[in-house]
Amino acid sequence: MTNRTGNTTTTERQLIRKMPANWWLKKPAYLRYMIREMTCLFVGGYAMFLLMLAARLDKPEAFADLLASPLAIALQWIALPMAIYHSVTWFNLTPKVLVIWRGEDKLPGFLIAGAHYAGWLAVSAGLIYFAMSGGTDG
Amino acid sequence: MGSSDSTCLSHDILIVGGGGAGLRAAIAIGEENPDLTVGVISKIYPMRSHTVSAEGGAAAVIQSSDSHDHHCYDTISGADWLADQDAVETFVEEAPRELLQLEHWGCPWSRNPDGTVAVRPFGGMKIERTWYASDKTGFHMLHSLFQTAIQYDNVTRYDEWFATKLLIEDGRCQGVAAVELGTGQVRAIGGKGVIMTTGGAGRIFPFTTNAAVKTGDGMALAYRAGVALKDMEFVQYHPTGLPGTGILITEASRGEGGVLLNKNGERYLANYDLGEAVDVNDERHPVKRTMELGPRDRLSQAFELERQKGNTLQGEYGDYVHLDLRHIGEKKINKKLPFVRELCQNYVGIDPVHELIPVRPVIHYMMGGIDTDLQAATSLPGLFAAGECACVSINGANRLGSNSLTELLVFGARAARSAVRFAEQNSTINKQAITAQATQEQTRIREQFFQPGKGTETIASIRVDLNRALEQGAGIYRTEESLQTACDQVRELKERYKSVELADHSLTFNTELIAVLELGSLLDVAEAVTHSALQRRESRGSHQRSDHAERDDEQFLKHSLAYQTDGNPRIEYSDVSITRWPPGDRVYGSK
Amino acid sequence: MAASESQTATETMKLEVFRFLPDEGELPNFQTYEVPYRDDWVVLDALNYIKDEIDGTLSYRWSCRMGVCGSCGMMVNGEPKLTCSAFLRDYYPNQIKVEPLNYFPVIRDLIINMDQFIDKLGEVKTWLIPAEEKSVDEGEYLQTPAQLAKYKQYTMCINCMLCYSACPVFGQHPDFLGPAAIALGQRYNLDSRDGGADERADVLFSNEGIWECTFVGECSEVCPKNVDPAGAIQMAKVTATNDWFKGLLMPKGKKKSGGDQ
Repeated sequence: MTNRTGNTTTTERQLIRKMPANWWLKKPAYLRYMIREMTCLFVGGYAMFLLMLAARLDKPEAFADLLASPLAIALQWIALPMAIYHSVTWFNLTPKVLVIWRGEDKLPGFLIAGAHYAGWLAVSAGLIYFAMSGGTDG
Repeated sequence: MGSSDSTCLSHDILIVGGGGAGLRAAIAIGEENPDLTVGVISKIYPMRSHTVSAEGGAAAVIQSSDSHDHHCYDTISGADWLADQDAVETFVEEAPRELLQLEHWGCPWSRNPDGTVAVRPFGGMKIERTWYASDKTGFHMLHSLFQTAIQYDNVTRYDEWFATKLLIEDGRCQGVAAVELGTGQVRAIGGKGVIMTTGGAGRIFPFTTNAAVKTGDGMALAYRAGVALKDMEFVQYHPTGLPGTGILITEASRGEGGVLLNKNGERYLANYDLGEAVDVNDERHPVKRTMELGPRDRLSQAFELERQKGNTLQGEYGDYVHLDLRHIGEKKINKKLPFVRELCQNYVGIDPVHELIPVRPVIHYMMGGIDTDLQAATSLPGLFAAGECACVSINGANRLGSNSLTELLVFGARAARSAVRFAEQNSTINKQAITAQATQEQTRIREQFFQPGKGTETIASIRVDLNRALEQGAGIYRTEESLQTACDQVRELKERYKSVELADHSLTFNTELIAVLELGSLLDVAEAVTHSALQRRESRGSHQRSDHAERDDEQFLKHSLAYQTDGNPRIEYSDVSITRWPPGDRVYGSK
Repeated sequence: MAASESQTATETMKLEVFRFLPDEGELPNFQTYEVPYRDDWVVLDALNYIKDEIDGTLSYRWSCRMGVCGSCGMMVNGEPKLTCSAFLRDYYPNQIKVEPLNYFPVIRDLIINMDQFIDKLGEVKTWLIPAEEKSVDEGEYLQTPAQLAKYKQYTMCINCMLCYSACPVFGQHPDFLGPAAIALGQRYNLDSRDGGADERADVLFSNEGIWECTFVGECSEVCPKNVDPAGAIQMAKVTATNDWFKGLLMPKGKKKSGGDQ
């Protein structure tokens, strides 16, 4: 139930411009977006790696071997910056998804993103503390 | 030009112009009788229409402290008693319902803390009654109307079609000939009732708030068809436009407390019989109907007199004064005047929170237009008009700020109702005859503009000369001599127009063709403006004659009616309707 | 045009302008024009200069020249811009390349076909569907400033189409509803007076609606009116997800989407 159009122009004579395959190289923002999307492969890869480690929890030697294998070390070196890039880009976008109103004003974006960063730091610090203290026990 | 299609398009009601008035009319028909088909012809996409640029607000009585009589009096005294008082009373009475209706259609009106609609004061108002959507009222109104209109499937939109001629058969308007920009075809589009809502013609002047599309096309179509253009000499200067671009700085900036300063930093309006300057920090400021909240004509004239005294500043784009909003503060400016701030930052590179805004009077609105009665009907059966292209008249010699947005709703809806009644009684369209007329129109356009080698003139040169003629001859202050010169120049330009040749002979989206047709409209409107002004030997509202400085009710408490002839237009006069407010002095500021 | 004749321009700059004339059967090409340089001119002023003084056949749309009518969007050096707000001084002395907005069919020169967008508005139902019927005679729907603030940002869309030409998803899938149409749908969904969210859900929360969006985010970057369509879409995704879970947990109690979040 909407308006009709009286226009008789057809698209036949119009120029349709194809999007170039390398469109994502045309603008730095697009490239950053593609990298952001790509980083999920490494985040996923690292998750697989964690699962493999988990499967070896009852076999300390196999666990250590896997952790120390050159491939695993390489993966961790690559996955770390990728995961950081992934987290930072997504955390920076959180104000768009999560909007908190206080009367007529939005809570400023930096507070929303800041809260995520703070949470990230707190969890990381907690994990490090756990890992370090766990280390002295064992 | 290709061959015209033999099939005739037709609708029950045809609306020419897709701005506020046209869309309001379209919705009114959709609401009133969904069985009727409606065609909306617009030379641009409807949401691009100039209604979009209106900033400050729309007037209607809503506060209990206000009254219809107050609104009537403000409008009539603002109009220097040239408004038809029966029309004003009807307008004032129907105004609140129209704005409420728009609220029900989703218009994001600014609100009071309790959720009711908020109002602000405007120039020439006893009591604040201007509804607003921050400072983009016209934008929000137009988009609300457009988005509401989309849902009606009895409406056919002809987006980017340009009407070139009214098609008259059996003494009644039965449609228009229009060129479809996309294909270059001229087609007949029939309508049992035809409504003109094509807006004003500010582009006859060089320095205007008006968008490029404001070329008076509907006025010219009616004028050529023998309908009178009424009160065309009354052209409103808005006191605060940005020098150079002519971009409007809304009156709401003064409604919110902004003040005008000359080069010495003085609030010079105090010297022009507009009341006393109350300190900006005094809680009484801004005092209504006083100083910066005086009517637009008086403020623009004060600028001109101040300029003659040498008290204005000189800039690259002419003389200017300052609009000072600094005391309003960042928070309130962001909330109530965000667009003003954005425009100043983008186009002047200054921030009104901390700096003074350079402003000068700028052509803004045509009080005159197609002569209509209270039912929006013209003298040509089947033709109706509403909005700025029409003259009912509620605006008289000077329109009160924020009446125009309301006017296009009230009279857009009234025109729709009238056209529906007319269409019920006149149910036939002579399709064969109007199709033949459209074919002739196509031939005329091709022969006039697409003959290689005949042209010696360019569109731009004629337009620039026309703009100069109007600015020099028919500006804020006019004389017999200046107007006579302008009349002669317009006559010459109309001759030169016959020798325009286009560089573009293409059928697909030929914007040069549209530009030359628009130029034709401008020339006809300019002719009516200059001749009506020449004949009115008095000063009233926006029409100030240095050689006839007083208002002359005996001779000129009358509407002028300009009729096109082969030579100069014939100017006739008609009575002004006076109901309860006999002509009196316009008093602004305390006695 | 802003030009006053008092100032004579001695400096010039070059504009490389996309041309496409279907009547001539020519392939699209670029034409270079030399225009006077003025520091207060915008790209639109330069185009108007070309049209008036050099080449009357150049076709483009414009009207208000104050950034509110939405007509004059074009690609300026590869970026979608309102040409009435893109100043020459930001490019001078380099050449400026002007093209029609990306991803839309070109009718001629710098003029794109945007009819599909208005059809999309119709599909989304971008009009107020009242939550409760109330006659006009009963007065306005009450709406507090805080309720107004929740959707006001999305009413600011001028339909200029810059967001579409920044959206690679739209570039690949022209049927994608796209940033502006979705933001306008959200505008009504978030309006306290509106109760039409369920009616809009089928179109808005479809694969050609919000789920097509991969959050490139450039739509919000290029928006001249800070509408933030990317934000609107992501918020709609949250709402749609919540609705889906609610529907899963309470299949019969599934009601009220969008309105409050």
